[in-house]
Amino acid sequence: MKHLRPVNKKAQRIDDLVTAAGEDVVALQNQNPAQRPHIPMGCTLAFSPGWEVDSAGGTAGLCQPVERDIYDCYVTCFWPAQVPDHLNNYPDWASKCASATKDWRHLDLVFP
Amino acid sequence: MTAAPAQTYRLGEFHEFSGGGRRFLYLPAGAIFEMDSGVAAVIGKLSQGAATQEELIAGLADGAELLGELCAARIVVTQDAVREPLETPPADFPLQSLVMNLTNQCNLSCQYCYEFGEDKVATPEGKPKFMDIDTAKASVDFLLAQSPGRRSVHITFFGGETLMNFPLLKQVVNYATEQAAAQGRAIDFSLTTNATLLTPAIIEFLSENRIGVTVSMDGPPDLHDQLRVFANGQGSYATIAPRVRALIAGHRTRPITARVTLTNGVTDVVRIFRHLKNDLGFHEVGFAPVTTSPDRLYAIGERGMDGVLEKFHVLAEEYLEYALRGEMHGFSNVSDTIAELYQGVNKSHPCGAGLGLLGVGPSGDIAPCHRFVDSDIHSLGNIKTGGVDREKQADFLNRGHINSKYDCHTCWARPLCAGGCHHEAFVRYGDTGHPNLHYCDWIRDWTDTCLRIYGTVSALNPDFLQYFAERKAL
Repeated sequence: MKHLRPVNKKAQRIDDLVTAAGEDVVALQNQNPAQRPHIPMGCTLAFSPGWEVDSAGGTAGLCQPVERDIYDCYVTCFWPAQVPDHLNNYPDWASKCASATKDWRHLDLVFP
Repeated sequence: MTAAPAQTYRLGEFHEFSGGGRRFLYLPAGAIFEMDSGVAAVIGKLSQGAATQEELIAGLADGAELLGELCAARIVVTQDAVREPLETPPADFPLQSLVMNLTNQCNLSCQYCYEFGEDKVATPEGKPKFMDIDTAKASVDFLLAQSPGRRSVHITFFGGETLMNFPLLKQVVNYATEQAAAQGRAIDFSLTTNATLLTPAIIEFLSENRIGVTVSMDGPPDLHDQLRVFANGQGSYATIAPRVRALIAGHRTRPITARVTLTNGVTDVVRIFRHLKNDLGFHEVGFAPVTTSPDRLYAIGERGMDGVLEKFHVLAEEYLEYALRGEMHGFSNVSDTIAELYQGVNKSHPCGAGLGLLGVGPSGDIAPCHRFVDSDIHSLGNIKTGGVDREKQADFLNRGHINSKYDCHTCWARPLCAGGCHHEAFVRYGDTGHPNLHYCDWIRDWTDTCLRIYGTVSALNPDFLQYFAERKAL
């Protein structure tokens, strides 16, 4: 904090909390990519339509490719599905898969 | 369409003080912040009455950020903010310290003694006078079993006169050290004594085993001998002075502390301090007014207490001079408070009694602390028959919790005081959970004095505070 200088341990803990909370807001507002990844957690922060079938009963006409679904479990809205988790253990799992529709074959198995 | 009324702000709870040319805030959470002129400006505006955000930050550089910080620290709150009650410690709070009253017998007859005097709560009739080895071992086992997760625990030996049962003390030290080592944990010891029974052999044992020693002593002979007397009325100073000197010379592993009880006529704090610190050589000297009902002859009246506070201030000034030079002064009443201010404690209970600390009497009866040992109405169970009665313990802790002391809820000194000693409250008001209203002004004055010392030291010699970085309880 700028205007209050902590001079004991409890004050330091309050300062740390306030600073951490402030950084969270800044990360969400930041237009430029932050130095460290900041992943908004929770479904309400992610708009991701289309997990079903299109009007013809297939997947070709969905508003985003069906392969994209993989990321809904892996990154945007972590759900304990059978995909590796991006947050803690497999941050590079999809690093060779820039476009899900074209590169999905590069997604490999993981062996925990 | 109607617009929502603008949110207004008011001042939160804090105590303002200054030191070393700077201004500080002490918060009910126990936090201490140094403030800048922007903070002072907002506090100044809000002292006139509630205000909206626009009114508050008008004319201030980065006012919005400033207000954000003040709200985060709850120095400024919205109009509808309510006081949040303190959390209750978990029911399975692990034990840290056990006070073992090795005997309830004493070779002195100090008139003000809370164990034998007119205000005593103990009911020792028909109970053992000396603790036996089985009870002592059961107590050690109890401490180790009830302190899961603690890397180190503590035993304090107490009495009666502790050294009247020195053979048991030795056995307990050996047994407890073995048992703790077998679990890969540390245990340390301290004792309180009137020093009449110290011998070179005892001093050697205490030093070898790093046992901390507190001597109950009231000052130079004319003051000490007023109330600290043998059964025949003879003063005990002449007996203990050479033994205390031998103790301080021979015990080199832990600081030796004197603990002074202030009574009517024994209030010359400065003279007592000089004698105990300089003439006898104690490392630390701490003072506390006698616990008594107000009508006893030795009770210190209100005017007497004002005099005590004046003398406390003289020593506090001296403490500050020492601290600015980076030296320890030895006035425990300041250093104990500074240690708590450094951590920023915010107590739910005035002390660890019944929580991380318990007392055990010679019979194995468990009490909230040593002061309640042998008192039937305060007993929390027995070491040999099932340990702590959790219902009684919960009742004791609920009474003593700051949330149930309404008088304290508007006091800025409550993070440290939390209503004051349970035992003192029982003697004065007949209820361990009653706030000690007879010394509120005293506590606030003393806390403010220590805060100003803290502020000055943090501004001018912050390295000194590192002495207090080590937390007592781990």
